[in-house]
Amino acid sequence: MLQIKNLHAGVEDKGILRGIDLEVKPGEVHAIMGPNGSGKSTLASVVAGKEEYEITEGEMIYQGENIDELSVEERSQKGIFMSFQYPVEIPGVTVTNFIKTAINESRKARGEKEMPANEMLKLLRDKSELLEIDRKFLSRSLNEGFSGGEKKRNEIFQMAVLEPTLAILDETDSGLDIDALKIVANGVNKLKSKDNAVVVITHYQRLLDYIIPDYVHVLMDGKIVKSGSKDLAIELEKRGYDWIKEEVNA
Amino acid sequence: MDLKEKLISSFLAFENQVEVNSYIHDIRSQAIKVFEEKGFPKKREEAWKYTSLNKILKEDYSVFPKQENALEYKDVKRYFIHEIDSYKIVFIDGKYSSHLSDTTHDSMDICLMSAALNKPKYRLVIENYFNKVAGDESITALNTAFSKEGAYIHIPKNKLVEKPIQILHFSTGNESALLLQPRNLVVAEENSHVQIIERHQSLTSNAVLTNCVTEIFAKKRAIVDYYKVQNDKQDASLIDNTFVHQKQESHVSVHTFSFGGKLVRNNLNYYQNGERINSTLKGITVIGDKQHVDHNTLVHHKEPNCESHQDYKGIFGDFSTGVFNGKVIVEKEAQKTNAYQANNNLLVDDKASINTKPQLEIFADDVKCSHGCTIGQLDNRALFYMRSRGIPEREARALLMYGFANNVLESVKIRELKQRITKIIATKLGVDIGFDL
Repeated sequence: MLQIKNLHAGVEDKGILRGIDLEVKPGEVHAIMGPNGSGKSTLASVVAGKEEYEITEGEMIYQGENIDELSVEERSQKGIFMSFQYPVEIPGVTVTNFIKTAINESRKARGEKEMPANEMLKLLRDKSELLEIDRKFLSRSLNEGFSGGEKKRNEIFQMAVLEPTLAILDETDSGLDIDALKIVANGVNKLKSKDNAVVVITHYQRLLDYIIPDYVHVLMDGKIVKSGSKDLAIELEKRGYDWIKEEVNA
Repeated sequence: MDLKEKLISSFLAFENQVEVNSYIHDIRSQAIKVFEEKGFPKKREEAWKYTSLNKILKEDYSVFPKQENALEYKDVKRYFIHEIDSYKIVFIDGKYSSHLSDTTHDSMDICLMSAALNKPKYRLVIENYFNKVAGDESITALNTAFSKEGAYIHIPKNKLVEKPIQILHFSTGNESALLLQPRNLVVAEENSHVQIIERHQSLTSNAVLTNCVTEIFAKKRAIVDYYKVQNDKQDASLIDNTFVHQKQESHVSVHTFSFGGKLVRNNLNYYQNGERINSTLKGITVIGDKQHVDHNTLVHHKEPNCESHQDYKGIFGDFSTGVFNGKVIVEKEAQKTNAYQANNNLLVDDKASINTKPQLEIFADDVKCSHGCTIGQLDNRALFYMRSRGIPEREARALLMYGFANNVLESVKIRELKQRITKIIATKLGVDIGFDL
């Protein structure tokens, strides 16, 4: 589904990603862990299509297509979703209005008709139940005055509604208490299928107790330096990153 | 001959063709003298510093259209809020169109200024209210001098007018350039309620200049909601002068939606004469090209325990220019005044500009007055966020702009009007998305 080959990227001459190789297949869950500043969020942003980052080497192939030159909205319309570490507050635009526009604009881009109003209503109702979101929440301005937990839950709600093929969750667990974490993880698990894939970026192993990864990768200095099973995450939680640094240096 | 000379020299001819009621004649004669002395406003006047009329005054306007023109409803239906049942007062090239109108004299008067100015039964109302709050600024005096036609609305005590009243002025382009000077009078007696929607619409690309004056009197506990839809053609300009006189416990709101036209100047003046009055002034401006929209507001607080709320949102693209000049006067007697003023602007292109100037003159010491103006740009982080959910850049920008301005629509009480404004905004921003509220 997604193949990242020798990807180098950065901002204004400053290299951040220095040769990433990663392959994600349908039905898989990958976790990317690593110390602060290792390039985890940059990797998510580059895949999502943030324009500030320049790709200097390598390529990204998504569903057989090179997506380096695609705009962020085109990638989204093709099924790539990134949940934001810091979702932006947008006053005056309600959650419902935002999601409706997102669904219908994506449909238009694919040459499909707009979603009928009753279908939209049902979709929003079902998915808000899935994430235990109060209906009143839907008529509030997007992220405005939301708590950290509400913002994250809203991200996963958007994911549930948009049904992406590839979801990248950028530190979705930060700022969540244990109950909210369970709800979010439960939402992600229910959306999982053999046809889609999830990449979870996280600092802590905690989230991976609920979203169980098939692979765990350790990112350091812009490279994946170690990959393993979910046991790797447990080991990292116990021992930190220093031993990997030593291994790499040796 | 320039426009000023042309107008002064045609005044006699004008007075000859209308019935001379000596009371009105005196007011008109006085007004033409004021205009002759002051002339059109100049940029050196503080209130006109950022708006120049020079260019639009160069056209050779026809001052009295020669022929009567007709329009079919189906051709102009889209300019009405046609989804609702309403009274209609419609003018074509300055002349009343009985064909398109729907007026009434049943327990209230929703009719024509020309009738009110001439018929004896309206004489008392005219003498009590006509030109009583309009003042003598040059451009208003010019309208007074030539006042002849417009809407006359008189709502008696305790009357709740169930249907909104739509006032429409069409210009057909039969003249190569046309000057229109409608004159409206609205008197809402004690405890009455009326809603009015006003629109000026040119139907061709011929030049039109409208210099409109509306006087609104709201008596004790009356409620008047006035909506101005300004979405005219590119060669039409509007100077809209509105004067509101309020008595105790009355509520008057004026919403001004400015999207079209070449040059629009809104002079909106509120005079409070009683306690516990509520005055609301709101506006959304979305313009581009070389359009110019100027909001010049005044709220004069004279008595204690009153409120005023001003909220103007502006979005300026291309080479467009905006002006907001909001003056609030709180007299020494007007203790416990609560006056709020906000003017927030987005400049979405490098060449667009806005001049915003709040002016507060507060002589009372126990008041709550706040004002704030902002000038900003679209938030790139928000744009990226929206695009990352599949919303293309143009639509994302439009949705952000709509979100920026839409709180102004919350106080619009006519749902179909709200929907229309929303649709005009979407069209103006070049998108086909059903912003909902």
